[in-house]
Amino acid sequence: MTADMITLTIDGEPLQVPKGTTVLKAAEKLGIHIPRLCYHPKLSLEGACRICVVQVEGFTSFLTACSHEVWEGMSVQTNSPEIRLARRDIVELLLDNHPMDCQTCDRDGNCELQRQAYRLGVRERHFEGRRKRHPIDDRSESVVRTPEKCILCGRCIRVCEEVQGVHNLSQHGRGFETVVGPADLGPMDESACIQCGQCINVCPTAAFLEKDHTERVWQALALPREQKHLVVQPAPSIRAAIGECFGMPIGTPVTGKLITALRRLGFDAVFDTNFGADLTIIEEAHEFLRRLGGEGPLPLLTSCSPGWVSFLEKFYPEMIPHTSTCKSPMSMLSTLAKTHYAEKKGLRPDQIYMVGIMPCVAKKFEAARPEHAMADGTPYTDAVLTTRELAWMIKSYGIDFEHLPDGEFDRPLGISSGAADIFGATGGVMEAALRTAAVKLTGDELGPLVFEDVRGVTGLKEASLTIAGREINIAVSNGLTNAKTIMEAIKHGDKQYHLVEIMACPGGCVAGGGQPYPPFDMDVLDPELGRMRAKALYSIDSGKQLRRSHENPAIEHLYNEFLGVPNGVKAHELLHTHYHARLPRGIK
Amino acid sequence: MTSTDNWPEIKASAEAALPADVVAFIAAQAGTEHSESQLIAILHMVQHHSGWLSQDQMGAVAQLAQIPLAKVTGVATFYHYFRLQPRGRHMINVCLGTACYVKGADKISQRLMDNLGIAFGETTKDGMWSLESTRCLGTCGLAPVVMIDDQVHGPVAPGEVGLILEKYLKKDKAAAKA
Repeated sequence: MTADMITLTIDGEPLQVPKGTTVLKAAEKLGIHIPRLCYHPKLSLEGACRICVVQVEGFTSFLTACSHEVWEGMSVQTNSPEIRLARRDIVELLLDNHPMDCQTCDRDGNCELQRQAYRLGVRERHFEGRRKRHPIDDRSESVVRTPEKCILCGRCIRVCEEVQGVHNLSQHGRGFETVVGPADLGPMDESACIQCGQCINVCPTAAFLEKDHTERVWQALALPREQKHLVVQPAPSIRAAIGECFGMPIGTPVTGKLITALRRLGFDAVFDTNFGADLTIIEEAHEFLRRLGGEGPLPLLTSCSPGWVSFLEKFYPEMIPHTSTCKSPMSMLSTLAKTHYAEKKGLRPDQIYMVGIMPCVAKKFEAARPEHAMADGTPYTDAVLTTRELAWMIKSYGIDFEHLPDGEFDRPLGISSGAADIFGATGGVMEAALRTAAVKLTGDELGPLVFEDVRGVTGLKEASLTIAGREINIAVSNGLTNAKTIMEAIKHGDKQYHLVEIMACPGGCVAGGGQPYPPFDMDVLDPELGRMRAKALYSIDSGKQLRRSHENPAIEHLYNEFLGVPNGVKAHELLHTHYHARLPRGIK
Repeated sequence: MTSTDNWPEIKASAEAALPADVVAFIAAQAGTEHSESQLIAILHMVQHHSGWLSQDQMGAVAQLAQIPLAKVTGVATFYHYFRLQPRGRHMINVCLGTACYVKGADKISQRLMDNLGIAFGETTKDGMWSLESTRCLGTCGLAPVVMIDDQVHGPVAPGEVGLILEKYLKKDKAAAKA
């Protein structure tokens, strides 16, 4: 036995754990799950909810298991009639100050408070009392705040601060009147919020939710077809995650079923955001090669992640010249649908209704940006559904997703290479860009396909590659605190990167703010969740004939027929955008 | 290439929104260890100067001290001392201490709220009156008391409330004429 190991007993069972282990973690080693609400393994300790209380020999009061480290000879009791009663009372007190509208709540069946209440045996209300009343704040394009459902666990505050570095949420007021929200409890979109939606993912209840777009999509689906032609495009990471909502194992690729489900819902054309991703790579790779040749500043920063774009505009406007002007894959495809596709179909742009299925709530904000609308104000993307919203619509429609036959995307805007599928994983955009850039730089059509250095869910990765005798320094980050590290390194001249991929969400799009809530035995920021979903994307990629974006014949045809040359006048007009410093300026 | 950085304008407008001594104090703290722990001291200085904390001022403090704005407004709303609305020309403090309460401070409070159309913690639209409550003022012999600016009135009957306010308005008018 080493001095760094502690011997204790939990529920009479002796065990050894490393010094510094908390009681909660030690109990997990014995397969004992102590209930928790404010605790999150990837965030700092809060110790606010108190439901993880345990009895420790020698102490007259209960101790919180999340915040107490074990000591030599400690004897812990995790279950006793008194502890069960105390935990139940704590949850009852939370419920007393809660709307209790579970049947009509978006988190019904996915709510940690609901689950704890059931598990701990709350069957009736004992403490009827005053309940806090606050209006719902749905002024944001992306994130809806319902303070009445908040239990003040502080997870959203911590994820916004510790993982995203945005520091946008705080407790306001005091005692019974305490409310969590952005500065002055003002509108989220006018705060430092970058709409990533991680607050939604870590919230144990429905205090944060995505802005609902299902109603407008139901309405569009019900319109006569001569009035609206409904087009839909799912992002790469939807196919790797939506199966979870129907009880399928995490990481099950369900592209074919997803397509069939979308057709059954009534969409006229099912295109693939992947096509937009391939197109993004062509445009971005050319932009990169031009910058390598001396046109414009290096490193080039990617621009697919709308959470990152908002972060750039609010926190690092000085880095705007570094950022690729490429629209995101969604916006590129939407633009093509309302221009080229509309023209070919003989439709006016406003006759097309474009729905994006995204793992992301920031995409709702992106779709509403004036930069992504036509000259007459018609938005290129009319609605953005999160993975969760689409899963609900499929269930609501009575579609037996798991047993659906496989469908195929419509042509040509549904054809894509494997490089596009991996866009959903952190490092995927980089790998896709490198596949094409390597071929363009070396002239060798059989250039490298797999870039192991950029794979994996680590928050910050960097590598130096030699392509055509040239050293290319790259960096890949996910989670915006890591983006901050990279930006500071670039600004201070510590690093000479050439190409940097940034995704706002920890783990990349597969773990985006609009993705399915994980099953109850997994935590939402668990890297394993991102890894399993990403694995599905890499398996789709490796199973495809086309692996490089520029090999996509539909893309080549599009340039010949409509766009001209990459980075050309027409491509710039339709596929590129611009950024500007946005207020309030975030505090780094 | 034109700069896309808005920091120079942000800094200039933040400095313009705060008194010079506050700007100097924040600058002196910058980069020192735990400089963010000066937030309460900074807010005290701003309130001492303006009588209250405006959103613009809190935004300026956030930028110059590089403390997230949500933290600044979180702290400002937590402490009872900080005022988030402008102070009226006259400050009314109704004593809710035990003696005054027993002697009917609640009725006086209600009369003041009805008369002025504001609740505790608020200021009338014309900027004339701010209404606050206070604990024992040490003048229990005069209970119930109302303190206006630095003058204690007591004992006050609910019916006298209007007359007392009227006196202040008259005095202001006379002062304005002179």
